[in-house]
Amino acid sequence: MTAISPAAPGVTVSARPGVAATMRHTATLAWRSLVQIKHNPMELLDLSVQPIMFLLLFTYVFGGAIAGSTGDYLQFSLPGLVAQNMLFASLTTAIGLNTDITKGVFDRLRSLPIARSAPLTGRIVADTLKQAWAFALFLGVGMVLGFRVHTGVFGVLGALALLLAFALAMSWPAVLIGLTAENQEKVQILAFSLIMPITFTSNAFVPTATMPSWLQKWAEINPVSHLADAVRGLLSGGPIASSAIVSLLWAAGLAVVFAPLSIRAFRNRT
Amino acid sequence: MTYAIQAEGLAKRYGETRALDGVDLEVPRGRLLGVLGPNGAGKTTAVRVLATLLRPDGGRARVAGYDVVRQAHQVRSLIGLTGQYAAVDETLTGVENLVMIGRLLDMPRAEARRRAAELLARFDLTDAGGRAAKTYSGGMRRRLDLAASLVGRPQLLFLDEPTTGLDPRSRADLWAVVRGLRDDGVTVLLTTQYLEEADQLADDIVVFDHGKVIASGTSDELKATTGAQVLEVRPLRPSHLDVVASVVGDVLGAAPEVAGGLVSGSVRDPALVPSIVRRLDDLGVVAAELSLRKSSLDEVFLALTGHRAEGTENAGDRPGDGPGSGAGAHDDTRNGTARKKEVAL
Repeated sequence: MTAISPAAPGVTVSARPGVAATMRHTATLAWRSLVQIKHNPMELLDLSVQPIMFLLLFTYVFGGAIAGSTGDYLQFSLPGLVAQNMLFASLTTAIGLNTDITKGVFDRLRSLPIARSAPLTGRIVADTLKQAWAFALFLGVGMVLGFRVHTGVFGVLGALALLLAFALAMSWPAVLIGLTAENQEKVQILAFSLIMPITFTSNAFVPTATMPSWLQKWAEINPVSHLADAVRGLLSGGPIASSAIVSLLWAAGLAVVFAPLSIRAFRNRT
Repeated sequence: MTYAIQAEGLAKRYGETRALDGVDLEVPRGRLLGVLGPNGAGKTTAVRVLATLLRPDGGRARVAGYDVVRQAHQVRSLIGLTGQYAAVDETLTGVENLVMIGRLLDMPRAEARRRAAELLARFDLTDAGGRAAKTYSGGMRRRLDLAASLVGRPQLLFLDEPTTGLDPRSRADLWAVVRGLRDDGVTVLLTTQYLEEADQLADDIVVFDHGKVIASGTSDELKATTGAQVLEVRPLRPSHLDVVASVVGDVLGAAPEVAGGLVSGSVRDPALVPSIVRRLDDLGVVAAELSLRKSSLDEVFLALTGHRAEGTENAGDRPGDGPGSGAGAHDDTRNGTARKKEVAL
């Protein structure tokens, strides 16, 4: 090989981005996921319509039949709805990532001298903020409909923290799905057919006492049951510790299983 | 001489398919290399390896002096990439797309904005800059995509089939931009399946087929490699086509092509031409047109690969030149299938 051209004078070429740069890149990419809301307020509505619709339907359609009064049912089901919505929303990470890959945006980002992880972390930060928004909306609309927080600010913050922790753990399987699914429709179908049964076979919407015994056994293990119970305790009062711990163990389990798989899928893209 | 790109023995396989089968490339700084080849020839794979998106299975490559595998980050800070699809965030405006890239390249916010405005003006997108990219036409998206790859003022630009699927006007606009970049001293590697595009833009051309470089040189050098010129005879009366074909075939020793009232055959020895003329004269055949010309790149391609370049069988060798923009649409579907195949592999 003949002489190799050095980089042009005046161009600084660093070996890899530092911590500060990594955080800046993450922030820029998080901004990118959020700024579109400014032009397209419909997206915020997309994030909000489903929670409000579920809240109204469950309260006024099932409330009387299941709990005898819509008010009592709302107090019971809102934490379950919050948990279900968090699971659905965690898949926006998968959809966004998948869209980036199919549109070529992911390759463009990977061709830039930025932290390798920034395209993932930026998106996850943005999606976490969207999760917080959905939780606030649930609580707000719920309170208008008659839901009452019996614990206080720390209870609410605790519930939010627990939900976000679980959502972060869920972003690992979401990343795996986003990286491997063929297209956005497949992601949505998978999400729907996975999350619907899991949330409905829990104590999120009904007490499990009337379920057949085999289903009851599953409902007792189901992470959504524990999450819903913990959020109930944190918002309405009552025991919290065991359900919160089991929820966090589930979250840790999801991360332990799916983080390596996701990272491998991410590397294979390189 | 200093090289912007040096690659030796690059190899990449997908299962049984050798997408790259020992590719050597050398691109001097400031030159425009046209990588020509049919779909599936390995052009895109080569670009992805050189742009650090794909790890080669074998061989090595240096871009601007840095190793694409071990010093990928350095390479990334010196290159720009425009892929086959317009890789812009459709939900963001034109300005935001470019500002995002500028911010990711560690520009201060004001500078990122200034650079975005500058590029939008250069690509005639200033008016559309405030609109979401999803409202853009195909040509506008491509221009925005190209602008995005220029935010960081790259020394080296990879353009992977930048004009595939574009209408002739957008294609001409893009060509002008590419010429401007080369005039600015940017090294460009451009892949294309359009012979005319390579002929028009490239300083040097390499021809890819089945993951290998099968020829390289300037356009003129390539045209000379076949060592042949093309004789074309158009009889005044179409009924004489068969006679002309048999005479030409007889003298040249190979069956000529007959298409559109024209008989054409490749001639290695120009001294044979007078004897063709004499024999046609003896037979009373009047030629409306008789010419000897250099091989076109299309014929070179045919001679090299044994098949014509993509999209030229039906549409002539001018892309998008056929009736309407049918040729472009046709190419699009073909790319669609090729992409799917790549994914499946």
